[in-house]
Amino acid sequence: MARDLPRWVDLFLIPLINLIAALLLAGLVVLAVGEPPWVALKALVWGAFGSASQIGYTLFYTTSLIFTGLAVAVAFHCGLFNIGGEGQATMGGLGVALVCIGFDGTAWPLLLPLAIVAAVLFGGAWAFVPGYLQAARGSHTVITTIMFNFLAAILLNYLLVDVLIAPGQQNPQTIRFDQAGWLPQARDILQAIGLPAGRSPLNISFLVALAAAALVWLFLWRTRWGYEVRCTGANEQAARYGGISPGRSIMLAMAISGALAGMMAVNEVMGSQHRLVLGFTAGFGFMGIAVALMGRNHPIGVIFAALLFGALYQGGTELAFEIRNFTSDMVVVIQGLVILFCGALENIFRNPIKKLFQVRS
Amino acid sequence: MTTEAGLAPAAIELRGIDKRFGAVHANRAVDMAVPAGTIHGIVGENGAGKSTLMKILYGYYQADRGDIVISGKPVRISGPEDAIARGIGMVHQHFMLVDNFTVLENLVLGAESGFWVRETLAEARRSLEEIERNYGLELDPDALIEDLPVGLLQRAEILKLLFRGAEIIVLDEPTAVLTPRETDELFKILRRLKSEGKTVILITHKLQEILAVTDQVTVMRDGAVVGHVATEKTTKEELAEMMVGRPVLLRVEKTPARAGKPVLEVDGLTIRDQAGATPLDSVSLEVRAGEILGIAGVAGNGQSELLECLSGLRRPTGGDIRVLDRPTASAQAMTDPRALRKLGIGHVPEDRLKRGVVVSFDASESAILGYHDNKDINGRVLSDRTAVIAHCQSLMEAFDVRPPAPRWRTGAFSGGNQQKLVLAREMEPGPALLLVGQPTRGVDIGAIEFIHRRLIEMRDSGAAILLVSAELEEILALADRIAVMFQGRVVGTVAADQATTRDIGLMMAGEGLANG
Repeated sequence: MARDLPRWVDLFLIPLINLIAALLLAGLVVLAVGEPPWVALKALVWGAFGSASQIGYTLFYTTSLIFTGLAVAVAFHCGLFNIGGEGQATMGGLGVALVCIGFDGTAWPLLLPLAIVAAVLFGGAWAFVPGYLQAARGSHTVITTIMFNFLAAILLNYLLVDVLIAPGQQNPQTIRFDQAGWLPQARDILQAIGLPAGRSPLNISFLVALAAAALVWLFLWRTRWGYEVRCTGANEQAARYGGISPGRSIMLAMAISGALAGMMAVNEVMGSQHRLVLGFTAGFGFMGIAVALMGRNHPIGVIFAALLFGALYQGGTELAFEIRNFTSDMVVVIQGLVILFCGALENIFRNPIKKLFQVRS
Repeated sequence: MTTEAGLAPAAIELRGIDKRFGAVHANRAVDMAVPAGTIHGIVGENGAGKSTLMKILYGYYQADRGDIVISGKPVRISGPEDAIARGIGMVHQHFMLVDNFTVLENLVLGAESGFWVRETLAEARRSLEEIERNYGLELDPDALIEDLPVGLLQRAEILKLLFRGAEIIVLDEPTAVLTPRETDELFKILRRLKSEGKTVILITHKLQEILAVTDQVTVMRDGAVVGHVATEKTTKEELAEMMVGRPVLLRVEKTPARAGKPVLEVDGLTIRDQAGATPLDSVSLEVRAGEILGIAGVAGNGQSELLECLSGLRRPTGGDIRVLDRPTASAQAMTDPRALRKLGIGHVPEDRLKRGVVVSFDASESAILGYHDNKDINGRVLSDRTAVIAHCQSLMEAFDVRPPAPRWRTGAFSGGNQQKLVLAREMEPGPALLLVGQPTRGVDIGAIEFIHRRLIEMRDSGAAILLVSAELEEILALADRIAVMFQGRVVGTVAADQATTRDIGLMMAGEGLANG
């Protein structure tokens, strides 16, 4: 009887080994540029965690990545590959901005639930359509969601240039929201309770993201709808046999997936930029795929993977500043290597480790 | 064993073959000698290591220890090409033929010589004629594979091996897809091969086939050889006991059925697909409370489609189904599987891995498939995990699922134990109608005994049972009435106590009898 790997190996040891392998290879790249790898590594880690401000930035990016990572993970449990996180987040941003502008001047505690609902509805609807097309017509979500990314981008472009643009502005962006509606910053909260905090856009969306991860876990493993979604993803024939409608599960999973991706906009638009600008998603929708892959589609894994990629993003930015020969493209190379090892090449180390454990037992 | 080797030179000798897959010890120091020009049977339960052993012989796996000796010479077989080059041929359970090629084209596939296929084909035609003369294996070389019935496909596979010069022919469960008559034909061919000096190794779990055609038998259990016996000196009971390690009751004890009122009524059920084929053609039948209706037939004659319609997975294009006087399916409307379960219909699907369980789920999750929205398992919003585990635990205890571990991954259980879990899930709620497809496919003899007893108990408690099985023996042992399907039609229905294997075999081959 084939035994499974212990959970800690599966969830922590293997990702760690993958990460180390990726960093070793990245070290070679750094060496090729003529810099000692440990200097770069130090700059990277320092850039991500060196000060309260830098930690704040890291966690701010982590927040967005938790949302987009969860989005990919939920769809994956239904056997779907949602690569439309970017578009769904864009639409979520539109929803958040409409609420913030429509109720401009309202205090944030009232505005936040409304903004979340708007992000969920807009993002969810944007993913529901591909979900419906998959369920009813068999159109593959990989194709449709990526096309919906373009549609969302073009739609936002049009709206910002022609409709929502702030009066008297040249840049395609909305008006700045009233300060009453801004989400409380981490530094305000921390300072209020007497803790040191640096400048960063980290805001209470971070807590919303953690709550979302907990809810996703409850949904998938503790409700019958989650059961139906997972069953559809694991074995559609068995689902049909069990009286589960695969089409309904697919639409539900896509809608939830899109809603999660859309909530990323709460962090960006309402928590940091306080206006809707073009391209605010900054590729975080796509990075969610890597986060979900590395987090093994489990909410806890997604949180840790989001932290890793958040740190890479923040540390990478600092790295490009610190070391002259190091361009921002190199940072992308390092991120790419991490994704390659943690996602695509995951099984390189898994099978040998599996053998090792089977021999021991 | 050494005495056998002493009589005639062994065509194949395996010495101390040992193979581990991680924690699984698939073959334990297996010794075996097959004298040239004999038919050698290998029997054992699923997971006994028969297939692993043959895969080592054919080069798919390498043994960790041990030697393969062919005609007295130790050899290394590092892949199927090696095996073929040394005269070993294998007929797999699933045929390896190209559907839209002719028989002849399939023969030369992979053995083409020269640049032009024409020459190869002409040459092949000559040697094919010679093989046909020598072995009495007749087959039209220009027939398209897709037009041939299963029995002839198998013949094509055997021809292919002879064409490649195989001296040792291994057949893995060759009769699973054959009618009794096709099986007889196959055995005739095997005897002919033997008389021409070829060596045949037959892997099967059907004991009467071993008795019918082999010279010696090797019995395996838990990866090890538990005995070599001469076929003429053994009995079915002895072989079964060796396989399982304890005496086994091969006959199911049952009293005559006390059939009540009709539970399932099927009238003129038809499926006509877009290509115009009719996998189901006006099937009418009835199952009453307290009886088992067996559906016999060679796999692929409409049994699967019948089960799909009955269980709400497929809508018929004609006819109708009534369960307990309520219409459940017709061309206009179909009750879905969820509602059918609420009506009291249990369904053990034919293919448990395809439908019955989700291998990546915990056993406890597979154990609620189809019942996951029951109020006592799933509350309003959140499911009651303790209740789910307890439910699974009680199913496992009731059906002796080993190990009784609800938190294990479903895929970690053996096939037989997965099957027992499915049976438990579908039978424990006490359905009025139980649809059962291949209840013992891939299940150990010991578990088969258990499952059969449970089905009879269920019948005696008043359930109506519709049993589809490819094993004619199983149908004969369990059913009270037998309906035989051929090409989508029910060609005859007979009372089980008046049925003979011969009559049913004829009907399975399409030679219908009047309904009796």
